[in-house]
Amino acid sequence: MSDNVLVITEHLEGEPTEISFELIALGRRLAADLGGQVEVLVAGDGAAAMADRFGGADTVLVVDDARLDGFDPEGHPRVAAAVVEARNPKVVLVPYTSEGMDVASELAARTDLPLVSYCKDVRAADGLAATCQLYAGKIEADVEVEGDRAVFAVLSGAAPAADGMSGGAGAVETVDVGVDLPGRVQALGFTQPEAGDVDITAQDVLVVVGRGIESEDNIAEAEELAEALGGAVAASRPVVDQGWLPKTRQVGKSGLTVKPKVYLALGVSGAPEHVEGMRDAATIIAVNTDPQAPIFGVAHYGWVGDLFDLVPELLERVES
Amino acid sequence: MKIAVLLRPVPDPVEELELSDDGTDLDRDFLGYVLNEFDDHALEEALLLKDETGAEVSVWALGTADEVDQILYTALAKGADRACKLGDDLGALDSRAQATLFADALGDEAPDLILTGVQAADELVGQVAVLVASALDLPHVEVVVGTEPVDGGIRVTKEFWGGITGDYQVALPAVLGIQAAREAPRYVAVSRVRQAQQEGNLEERDVTAPEPAPGVKVVEMRIPEAGEGAEMIEGDEAAAADAIVEILRRAGVA
Ligand SMILES: Cc1cc2nc3c(=O)[nH]c(=O)nc-3n(C[C@H](O)[C@H](O)[C@H](O)COP(=O)(O)OP(=O)(O)OC[C@H]3O[C@@H](n4cnc5c(N)ncnc54)[C@H](O)[C@@H]3O)c2cc1C
Ligand SMILES: Nc1ncnc2c1ncn2[C@@H]1O[C@H](COP(=O)(O)O)[C@@H](O)[C@H]1O
Repeated sequence: MSDNVLVITEHLEGEPTEISFELIALGRRLAADLGGQVEVLVAGDGAAAMADRFGGADTVLVVDDARLDGFDPEGHPRVAAAVVEARNPKVVLVPYTSEGMDVASELAARTDLPLVSYCKDVRAADGLAATCQLYAGKIEADVEVEGDRAVFAVLSGAAPAADGMSGGAGAVETVDVGVDLPGRVQALGFTQPEAGDVDITAQDVLVVVGRGIESEDNIAEAEELAEALGGAVAASRPVVDQGWLPKTRQVGKSGLTVKPKVYLALGVSGAPEHVEGMRDAATIIAVNTDPQAPIFGVAHYGWVGDLFDLVPELLERVES
Repeated sequence: MKIAVLLRPVPDPVEELELSDDGTDLDRDFLGYVLNEFDDHALEEALLLKDETGAEVSVWALGTADEVDQILYTALAKGADRACKLGDDLGALDSRAQATLFADALGDEAPDLILTGVQAADELVGQVAVLVASALDLPHVEVVVGTEPVDGGIRVTKEFWGGITGDYQVALPAVLGIQAAREAPRYVAVSRVRQAQQEGNLEERDVTAPEPAPGVKVVEMRIPEAGEGAEMIEGDEAAAADAIVEILRRAGVA
């Protein structure tokens, strides 16, 4: 076994994702504690063209394979597992994203390594340990790994991406892992989101409704408030999944990332997947009946109470 | 087509959570449980496929707690054809052990499609869908937001981020982790659930929990400090509205 950290990077349409660099930054910290190096895996059709983007790593392992077109839920975990077998890292970091969800556990199962998911921090100074967010952010758990190697699926925001963009040797190594791909999952192509009626990423003020808004009819009240403030209404995922607002209004992991001047969250609990898309807003105000709601952990201002009591009061003041 | 859906009870997210005395788990004595919301979507997607293709839908859960029965009867009332619970008092199992139990049971059934929710909020390891797929050597796709049966398999839409999706053609049998069904999950009247309960058609299968593999140990759980870093506004809604208008002014938007 080496003392190295292996970061499984991801990319979409030829661009490495931000979280890939966050994980390299985290990996640098862990490698310093372990006395090892940071290796990254870049796998995909055309991966070689991206290798020079990973100067934050000591070694860039490239698997450029035409069969790995786009993201391959069957191929990518197999390639990652083969690379882990070949390089024997102590720590494997996988982004906890749509791609990482297909990769992390199959990789762990194939290499027989323990897996820790939902990590917001990973430590290696004194045995392998992590802090994980459970119950949609309502509980934080400190965990220890019982062996000396593990796979960690890490949430976005664990370390600054800027710290993972340079500082390594960036030595590129092409690896041929010769994996067998059964070809049972065939990529048919990506679809870009349709442009919406409103661009929520361009607003100064967002009034954001979560499941606490209770019904489609109640959204009108939030619209009225947003209009009075010269902004727009955005939403958490369940509101969009119910069909109450279009997908283009969704903030979060699988929606859009927004940075308005003011983010007024009404009945949003603040699950990690939501927070990922809004934590950099300049002023975050949260209204929630539950004093334990994790949204109060990222908000700048909070009020514990009923949104239906507050909104009419706010409207009255803003409109006058 | 035969579709199996895995259903998992999770602590009701609207309830206040408290920690056990040793601080390494929730205090589960008075916790209410509900079906994991993503599993409700997995069930809905299965029922939509049933409507379209006449597929047989079975639902599967672990353990014999009351909430397991409740969840299975609700699924039957919504239109599932069969409901099966595995094991008796299994105790705490990690994801891999759970996946092994499901893989053993479903291996004999040989469904064409196994659907799970994309994740359960109370699980440290997660990705049971992928673990079941690995155990049965089946292809998997996580974060699925829609399916369409086609010749020679199923077409699925996987959500990436920023609203970008990818389409895949997947050979059957396969395992899918469902993020959201094509339509919001259907409701079912309480009377229909009660009727299913009276009919009592739950199958039970005995399974033995595998030896736990060394893995991951919880050292401490915490409820993050509410409003850590946030300035909490005190008072009633009128006072809150005054304070918020003042904050908006300072931010230059009111
Ligand atoms: C792969 C993946 C991707 C995801 N992507 C996203 C994403 O992009 N965006 C996203 O938002 N989620 C996403 N999610 C879902 C996420 O995990 C949460 O389920 C979701 O954010 C919860 O939305 P919510 O806060 O509106 O609902 P809930 O968590 O149900 O919270 C509702 C809140 O409203 C409060 N409330 C109720 N009534 C009132 C009232 N009258 N007044 C005030 N407060 C009230 C409650 O106390 C509660 O805190 C994703 C999940 C997964 C697994
Ligand atoms: N104990 C269980 N019983 C039934 N289904 C489960 C169980 N554990 C996981 N699942 C299924 O796997 C999904 C993902 O859970 P997890 O991988 O634990 O986050 C859940 O949404 C369920 O559909």
